Amino acid sequence: MTAGAPVVEIRAGKLRFGGRTLWRGLDLSVAPGEFLAILGPNGVGKTSLLRVLLGLTTLTEGSVEVLGRPPARGSSSVGYVPQQRAFEQTLPLRGRDLVGLGVDGHRWGLPRPSRGRRSQVEATLESIRAQSYADAPLGLLSGGEQQRLRVAQALVSDPSILLCDEPLLSLDPRHQRAVVDLLNARRLDQETAVMFVTHEINPILPVVDRVLYLAPDSWAVGSPDHVLTTETLSGLYGTPVDVLRVRGRIIVVGAPDEPDSALGPAGHAHEIERREGDR
Amino acid sequence: MSFAQLLDEPFVHTALLAGAVVAVVSGAIGIFVVIRGMSFAVHAVSELGFTGAAGALVLGADPVVGLLVGSLAVGAILGLLTVRGRERDSAIGSFLAFGLGIGVLLISLYQGYATQATSLLFGSIVGVSQRQLALLVIVAVIVLVSLSLTYRPLLFASVDPDGAEARGVSLRLISVVLLLLVALTTAEAIQVVGVLLVLTLVITPAAAATRLTARPGLALVFSICIAVAATEGGILLSLLKPYPTSFFISALSFAAYVVARVLGARRTVRAGRALAGGVETDEDGTVVPQTSSAPIA
Repeated sequence: MTAGAPVVEIRAGKLRFGGRTLWRGLDLSVAPGEFLAILGPNGVGKTSLLRVLLGLTTLTEGSVEVLGRPPARGSSSVGYVPQQRAFEQTLPLRGRDLVGLGVDGHRWGLPRPSRGRRSQVEATLESIRAQSYADAPLGLLSGGEQQRLRVAQALVSDPSILLCDEPLLSLDPRHQRAVVDLLNARRLDQETAVMFVTHEINPILPVVDRVLYLAPDSWAVGSPDHVLTTETLSGLYGTPVDVLRVRGRIIVVGAPDEPDSALGPAGHAHEIERREGDR
Repeated sequence: MSFAQLLDEPFVHTALLAGAVVAVVSGAIGIFVVIRGMSFAVHAVSELGFTGAAGALVLGADPVVGLLVGSLAVGAILGLLTVRGRERDSAIGSFLAFGLGIGVLLISLYQGYATQATSLLFGSIVGVSQRQLALLVIVAVIVLVSLSLTYRPLLFASVDPDGAEARGVSLRLISVVLLLLVALTTAEAIQVVGVLLVLTLVITPAAAATRLTARPGLALVFSICIAVAATEGGILLSLLKPYPTSFFISALSFAAYVVARVLGARRTVRAGRALAGGVETDEDGTVVPQTSSAPIA
């Protein structure tokens, strides 16, 4: 594909789920190396949008192309970083194994260790500077370390697009920044587009190019300065919403279930949204 | 008969062989069961396998066939219901309770020897016939071959369902395949340790193994070794002392679990120390590897 051609192209996309329209008329084009934040209240279809791009859910109407083709299940050009969820302490798995599963975990049969596979895993671990804990039991690592290894797993197949679903949830600010820096470096160095679903824009605000804001009946896309404004969000929700900028941070007041409630029940509600997505 | 004389008896050889076959299969499948937190599902499959066997007895058919049919049917249903492993606890409980109720009814209808039912509940390894042994081997080969064909996506879906699904692994297919393999394994294990003690071969060795290593392949090997040692040891001990074989097997298996927990606790402390010493975090939260863990060329 030619340089600059969009890696994701959705035209007039509509998605219905369980008798409910999540979004419709969605037009979205994502450029190589772009960092796109996907915001919006719970149940609005943010995770479902990622699932469409992963080929796990199909659009009800409209067209979608990933790298110029319809989304294909298990494509190695699309990396996925799921929500931070702690691994169990006694899980018999090391960080190295988790990353290795990103290479060939989807293939049938027994593991086939090879020099090429080992160096692929090693190079990825090195790129995220995780070698020092790659051989420790995964369940004993901190949430931040586990999440970096998830990023490594998504990167090991050298994808052109990274889809991240709330990867910062329940990480402390320091570890949040480490993960964001990792993603930002990747997209600057390798032109990997990043689509980042989040409840909390502030940790990624410095690196975000554009925001896709999904509201219950409408959506908006543009730079954070254009979308995250009192006018735009009030228009999206059809009710007065105030957007405040305080010391370089954005605070949304008045929208149902908004970023400042991200530490509360939001994570839980999101969990329900993704369960619904299984059926 | 002395212990040495008993060791020359063909029925003892058959028992040891059957025990080894069943232990290898149970230890292998157990790792995935433990990772996915499916002990309860295994218990349900086992108890409903009993219902199947009781049904076969009433109909005058081979109880082993009933056992296989019962476990496979329940395995298939649970596989469809428990795609993400941990869900549907109460669904399993409801199936289990009703199925066992039917089992009780069938046993009360059965006019034959009650020992048939007792041996199903508590196992009868020393009574294994050559024909049964052949069936055990056939089923074991089916399970082990399927397991090696599905190993990678099965491991992926078990440790990291979100990541696996994104890479195109069908969680539903894997779940159903695993539950069917669990059903076959359970039907095997029932013939050695009985319905009520299936977990001693399918769960305990694997639970012990996961405390000993963080390498998935090695955990599988440890699990098989512990299951085989407990089974063979239990059979040999029951030749020395006239207590039930199942008791000895469960005691040895549990002993291995306790030892593994103790060793595992030490290992966790060591690993924790190594992590604290091996990783430095600078002010930015960037992890800086120490010089001793320089990149491997």
